[in-house]
Order: sequence, then structure tokens, then C-alpha cells
Amino acid sequence: MNNKLILVIAKSLLLARWKQTLVAAVGVTFSITMFITLLGFMTGLNDLLDGLILNRTPHVRLFNEVKPNPEQPATFSKDLGYTFIHSIKPSGNGQNIDNATAIMQNLKKDPRVFGVAPKVSAQVFYNVGNIDINGVINGVDVESEARLFKFQDYVPAGNYLDLKNVPNSIILGKAAADKMLANIGDVIQVTTPRGDRQSLKVVGYFQSGLADLDKVQSYASLATTQKLLGRPISYITDINIKLNNIALAPALAVEYKKMFDTDAEDIQTANAQFETGSNVRSIISYAVGITLLIVAGFGIYNILNMMIYEKMDSIAILKATGFSGRDVKRIFTTIALSIGIVGGLFGLGFGFILSHIIHQIPFNTVALPTVKTFPVNYNLKFYLIGISFSIITTYFAGLFPARKASKIDPVIIIRGK
Amino acid sequence: MEEIILEAKSICKSFHDPVTIPILKEVSFSVNKGDFVSIIGKSGCGKSTLLYILSTMDTDYEGELIIDKESMTNKKENELAKIRNEKIGFVFQFHYLLNEFSVLRNVMLPGIKLGKFSEKEIEHHAMEKLRILGIQEQALKMPNQLSGGQKQRVAIARALINNPHIIMGDEPTGNLDKKNTEIVFDIFSQLAAEFNQTLLIVTHDNEFASRTQRIIEMEDGRIIK
Repeated sequence: MNNKLILVIAKSLLLARWKQTLVAAVGVTFSITMFITLLGFMTGLNDLLDGLILNRTPHVRLFNEVKPNPEQPATFSKDLGYTFIHSIKPSGNGQNIDNATAIMQNLKKDPRVFGVAPKVSAQVFYNVGNIDINGVINGVDVESEARLFKFQDYVPAGNYLDLKNVPNSIILGKAAADKMLANIGDVIQVTTPRGDRQSLKVVGYFQSGLADLDKVQSYASLATTQKLLGRPISYITDINIKLNNIALAPALAVEYKKMFDTDAEDIQTANAQFETGSNVRSIISYAVGITLLIVAGFGIYNILNMMIYEKMDSIAILKATGFSGRDVKRIFTTIALSIGIVGGLFGLGFGFILSHIIHQIPFNTVALPTVKTFPVNYNLKFYLIGISFSIITTYFAGLFPARKASKIDPVIIIRGK
Repeated sequence: MEEIILEAKSICKSFHDPVTIPILKEVSFSVNKGDFVSIIGKSGCGKSTLLYILSTMDTDYEGELIIDKESMTNKKENELAKIRNEKIGFVFQFHYLLNEFSVLRNVMLPGIKLGKFSEKEIEHHAMEKLRILGIQEQALKMPNQLSGGQKQRVAIARALINNPHIIMGDEPTGNLDKKNTEIVFDIFSQLAAEFNQTLLIVTHDNEFASRTQRIIEMEDGRIIK
């Protein structure tokens, strides 16, 4: 009964000064709108920029570095005090990861792992007339590559699935294809390091947005690449792992390195600068958004203060007829909170609409073939932060005037007349 | 033996700003159930100050105040608010109606706050009180549509809504003309006579006071009669 009564009184006080209320609510709405739009847009751009590299980078990469044999004969003869033998060259299976199939099966069972994609990379020469151009063919499992690394987004022309369906096919780097005047459907010649020549059918272009990469990188299926290298189907040079939680990458890289006896590199080590940039950009957008909200909070504070001065008599009589200081405080915090909640909800709505409008603005860039409009991130998190923050700011903005109202001494007001 | 509703035991109060001035000096008296008491005295003799102490709104005093056999001294603010809500009705010089609410809602508010009855019942009680005061036709109007005398009667209805033990008035006729003063006085007499309502009214209108059952006269912070 008491709560309902407080609500009723708060509501009538609000409606009695509806213009002021509206101004306060519009202030909150505006800041939440800007908060949502700003964060959505900034994060969208951020994701886009990070995605340029991060989408295509595994969280953990397992590979075999070609390195000197760690068991140099010299280590066997430590007791002698001096050695004569040195520089035993790398040997063994080269870049192949031993037992790759078993490792991958193991990884797929790990709950922390989102997905695993095998890769074979092969150094080749693209034959253009009598000139050979350096190239790298990545043999990939098309489906995992698409699922984990958005492969399809970087194939602006041709169907990426043809890589699997058409035997001896290749998706050529766009820049390399331009150089070779190779259209989709054409057959190109490559030479493997071992000197073999192979014809491959172009089924698409690959465009990463990084021109240097596109001059060199091409994609083929695992089997095609293995065949190109003359290796068995167990031959895998890289295992790319995508994790559920990217933050675990450094720890897991160490763990996998030990467990599988391979080399492992985590994304944080490989691309430290992107994290930093991305963090700084989000801090800036949060700072601007929160500043907007605090300004709106001051607006509410002012309006409530004014309302309390106007309503001194009402507060006095409420107290005289049995409302405690706490009740009066609750009336005014209720007023503040309703401004916050209503203003905030409208803010979320307008924020969504404004983000959506921005999302329709054309944005064409060579580097990003699949992006046609400005990117916007509609993460639910921003909406939750926005509404919580609007409630918190308005609550505090209302708290101080409300406390003042609760301390009003009815005797002074009533006797003052 | 009559039942004592309100008792003041040697109540003292001083103002301390800028120098200490004693306002009330050892004020002691009691009010029985059903009494119609007026407090009179010259301006500045402390009669209003006394009333606000008796009403529990002013807690800065020495001595003891007992309402309905319960000591009010050293009670917490929200406990006092509850007692004011339930046991005391107020009528001030100014009506203090809330302009945002209709007359009926204004009368109902303290009742809803008390929460003893459902809203329907409270509405019924409020209409009853308005009828006793002869303003039931105004129930759905807003306070600013009423005349001064009507507003004051609404304020009295509001004071009556929780059937308080005592009604306190601070110059309730101070703002009213002769005719309305008469109406308000008649209402008070009627309440005292028909409903055995205890009333404690501060006034400087000697004519008004002379018609009440008992007059407490104050001078210089003391009761002299």
C-alpha cells in the first residue's frame, strides 16, 4: 500500500511539472542515444579494423619450427670439458607436425577450444610466361576455414566451396591474379620447390585487404596442396586453433606446446599492437558516453532541486500528516528513477534507430570487399550498460535533492506562513 | 475518572540563535478525551511553539510528552511520523492541500498512508467526512477551484480521516473571514459534541476561545490560567 501510494504521489508530482520532466527525460534520452550510437559505431569500426588481422589469425597456432637439432653431439660429451663437433644441421620431418590427426582429435574434445583448422603451406612459383613469381599456397580444410576464419568474406569473386568440389582448384590472391591476368575458370601453372609442375584451375579470388599478402597468398584444398608437395594425407604443417575465450590463448599455447611437443604461438604475442589499439579506442568511446550521461545527471539534479523548492509546502504537509523522511526521500528518488528509466529506454530505442541509420550509409573500401556500409556493432552489452548507467546516474542525481527534501522541517515551513 | 489523551510534563524549550532565549518554561498540563481546549496568548508567548512540540513535529525540547499513554520523547523520526498519521489530525492557518490531487484524494492520502483499510473503504470514509463538513459536492474538484473557507473545511476533513485521538489547530480561522470562521467553529463544536472529538486549538481570537470548553492562557512561555 505504502509503495503504491509513493508511486502515485511521485507520478502526480511528475505530471504536475510535465514540461520540466520532459526536458530532464529528453536529456537522458539524448545521452543514452549518443552513448549507444557512439559505442555501436566505434566498436563496429574497431571490430572491422581488428578483424582485418584477427579474423584471419588463429588464437593458437601449432607448428614445427625448422631449427637445429637440440641434441647436438656436443651435449653428449660435456664431461670431456671441450668439444670439437658443431653445427649439426636441422633434420627429421621438417615442418610436418607428427601425429597431427590425433592432436586435432584431442583438441576438438577440449571444451575451451571453439574449433580447429589444419593447414599445409607450400612455397611455389606462379609461372607467368617465362617469369616465375613467388607464392605461397595454403592448403586448407574449406569448411573449418570458413567457420573459424570467415574465409568466405575474403573471397569477393567465385564460390569458395568450389575449392573442395573442383579437383586441382585454386583461389588466387587478387593482386597475384591481376598480375597473371588470370580470370576465374582459367588454368594456371605453378612450380613446386621440388621442381614439379602442376596445373590448377582458378575458382575464385582471395582479397585480404593487405596488398602485400594478396600478391603472394593463394588457397587450395588440403589434398591438392599435399599432392603438390608430394606428401601423404597425414602431412600437416599448421594446426590453427580458435578458442572460446581469446584471453586464455597465452596459457593454452604453453600448455599445448608441452602436451603435443610442437611449437605454439598465441595471438597476443603475434599481434600485440592490435589489442592495444582496440582497447584505447573502446576506452575513448566509453569515456565520451559516460561523460554525456553525467551531464544528463546534472540536469536531473537541477530539476529535482527546483521541484523540491516549489513543493516545500507539499512536503511539509505530507510530513505533518504522517509521512516519514524516508517516505519523502523515496518519493523523490522514485521521480528521479522514473525519469532515468523512461528516458533511458527511449534512448535505447533511438540509439538503435540511429545506429541502424548509420549502418545504411555506404562505405566502400578496396581493402574490405564484403563491407558495403559503415559497420555497427549491436552488442547487447552496450544496451545493458546504457540502461544500467542511466538508472545509476539518475538515482544519484535524485539522491541528493531527495535527502534534502527528507530533511525539510515541516515546522519551519508551516510557521513561516 | 476521565481518560487523559495528551499530557505535557514540564516542557522547556529555548532558541539558541544568536543568544539563548527561553521560549517555554516548565509547561505542564493535560487534555482529557473529548475536551475542546483552546490555547490563547499574545503573539510570541510561545503558544504555537508549544503546539508544534505537542504535535511531535518539533523534537528539540526538554521535558516529557505523553500521547495516548505513550511517551513521545526520544522516539525516532519515522515512529513519530506514524503516530502523527494515526493519532493526530492537523489544521493549519493555511490549508496546505496538494494541488496535484482532487479534494477527495487529498482527504484520502493520510488514510492510504495508514493502510488500515482498503482504498474503497477509505474513499467511503472520506466522503462521509466531507458530508459531515457539508462539502461533499466538491469532492471531485481540484483544490484551486475551491474558496478559502471550503479549502479549510477540506483540510479539517483530511485531519479527521484516520479518526485521530486529537485534532490540533494552529490558528485554523486566522485566514478566514467572519462567516467562514463561524462555519469552522461550528464544525469544531459539532465534532466535540456529537463525536466526542478531542480538540486543541491555538488561536489569538479571544471570542473564538471564549466559546470553547476550556481555555489555556499563556504568557511569556508559561501557562497562567
